[in-house]
Amino acid sequence: MNFLASIGRMTLDFLRSVGALFVFLGDAVVSIFLPPFYWSLLGKQLMRIGYFSLPVVGLTGFFTGGALALQIYSGAARYGAEAFVPAVVMIGICRELGPVIAGLMVAGRAAAAIAAELGTMKVTEQIDALTTLATNPVKYLVVPRLVAAVISMPLLVAVADSVGVFGGYIVSTGTLGFTGSIYIKNTVDAIAFNDVSSGLTKAAVFGFIIAAMGCYHGFHSKGGAQGVGAATTSAVVTSSILILAANYILTKLLFE
Amino acid sequence: MAQATATAKVELRGVKKRFGPKVVLDGIDLTIERGESLVVIGGSGTGKSVMIKCVLGILRPDEGEIYVDGEPVTHLHGRKREAFLRKFGMLFQGAALFDSLPVWENVAFGLIQGRGVDRIKAREIAYQKLAEVGLGPEVAVLSPAELSGGMQKRVGLARAIAADPEIIFFDEPTTGLDPIMSDVINNLIVATRAEGTTALSITHDLISARKISDRIAMLYKGKIVWHGPTREIDASGNAYVDQFIHGRAEGPIQMEVRG
Repeated sequence: MNFLASIGRMTLDFLRSVGALFVFLGDAVVSIFLPPFYWSLLGKQLMRIGYFSLPVVGLTGFFTGGALALQIYSGAARYGAEAFVPAVVMIGICRELGPVIAGLMVAGRAAAAIAAELGTMKVTEQIDALTTLATNPVKYLVVPRLVAAVISMPLLVAVADSVGVFGGYIVSTGTLGFTGSIYIKNTVDAIAFNDVSSGLTKAAVFGFIIAAMGCYHGFHSKGGAQGVGAATTSAVVTSSILILAANYILTKLLFE
Repeated sequence: MAQATATAKVELRGVKKRFGPKVVLDGIDLTIERGESLVVIGGSGTGKSVMIKCVLGILRPDEGEIYVDGEPVTHLHGRKREAFLRKFGMLFQGAALFDSLPVWENVAFGLIQGRGVDRIKAREIAYQKLAEVGLGPEVAVLSPAELSGGMQKRVGLARAIAADPEIIFFDEPTTGLDPIMSDVINNLIVATRAEGTTALSITHDLISARKISDRIAMLYKGKIVWHGPTREIDASGNAYVDQFIHGRAEGPIQMEVRG
């Protein structure tokens, strides 16, 4: 009986959390279109989430592109298909690895930072203080982060794609014996609009997930330092899982 | 729908609030008259902060109604709620200053964001309010993290009075401060009331309560167990109040070891 009761409690808790998340996100999305608009806060968040994520996204993109070139080359060599390395690296980076790796890196960086910042504001009553100062905390804190993440992620993924393909180029021409001009020609010949646009679409969705999870867990953190730590962990874990799940769903929708 | 008391600035009628199985407010009836300073005393965890948050709409009561200026406010939304909140100022227990903003912007925040006052004008008002709480212009440009606890409380007080609110709430205004700084804060609170502001304070500091209040109410287990003029508290004849003001472990108030 206790076992059944605990399953019931867990189910109810889960449904309550999902309901609270949807109410929170609904409020945030509606608030995007209602004044006042905090343009300077949006600018700050574009810098924090977008600009300051450039090094980490660029570096991971570069190494991922390089490693992908090595793997594709060793696999393709079994069938004498080495000439397809540039095309497969480009498709792999633009459609999948660019958005997913960038999404996960930004989730680790930005979702954690958002959850920690808002969580600290929550436990030190700064969010309540906003309310008493006749300022809607969702509009003031959530909307700029949400919009900035949705704008920044496609730009970051465009950088990750470019640097990733460049990483593949460097490795292929430096260690795999490809000629630079042929590598570039094969890449350009293979590229299709959908390869890039699908990755950028995914990136915008991942940006929404990252900011939404950071804000939600930050807003709902409880207790002191431990609660903020737990909120930060939850934000990174849930946004990473949701990014991978959304990636599968979007791949199915965009390519079938 | 029941009518609010005509002379009341803030009135709570049968307000109940629970968190899961724990009943925090158990049918509170409380009236604060216009221009009055009411202090609610009670031990930790008796629901004092929850009561204030219910009035401000940060928490929604499960039952009961809250009136401000005779208008029911429990279910206000959007613009109406923002307009209602403009009547209030609040000093939080930990000051709740925004880390990301310098001191003057903390003080001017409600003017700039909540009331659309232009930044230059708001900055002037912020400097003036900081002066009123005894802080010079050199403090205005500092970050809240660079201030002592007492200075943070004073900045919090300057922020609470920046927009000349009709009602000010003080949440444990002297907790964690040394006796001299506590008295400085008490004097500032008394000074803020010179213009007829209505004040609701919650505290368990009796020296502060006696100094800043016209009337005192005692909250225990979610209910008001006594209320009356401040001068009558020593002769209240109420066993809960007597135990609390004399700080005795023995009596009807039993400290809960577990929440």
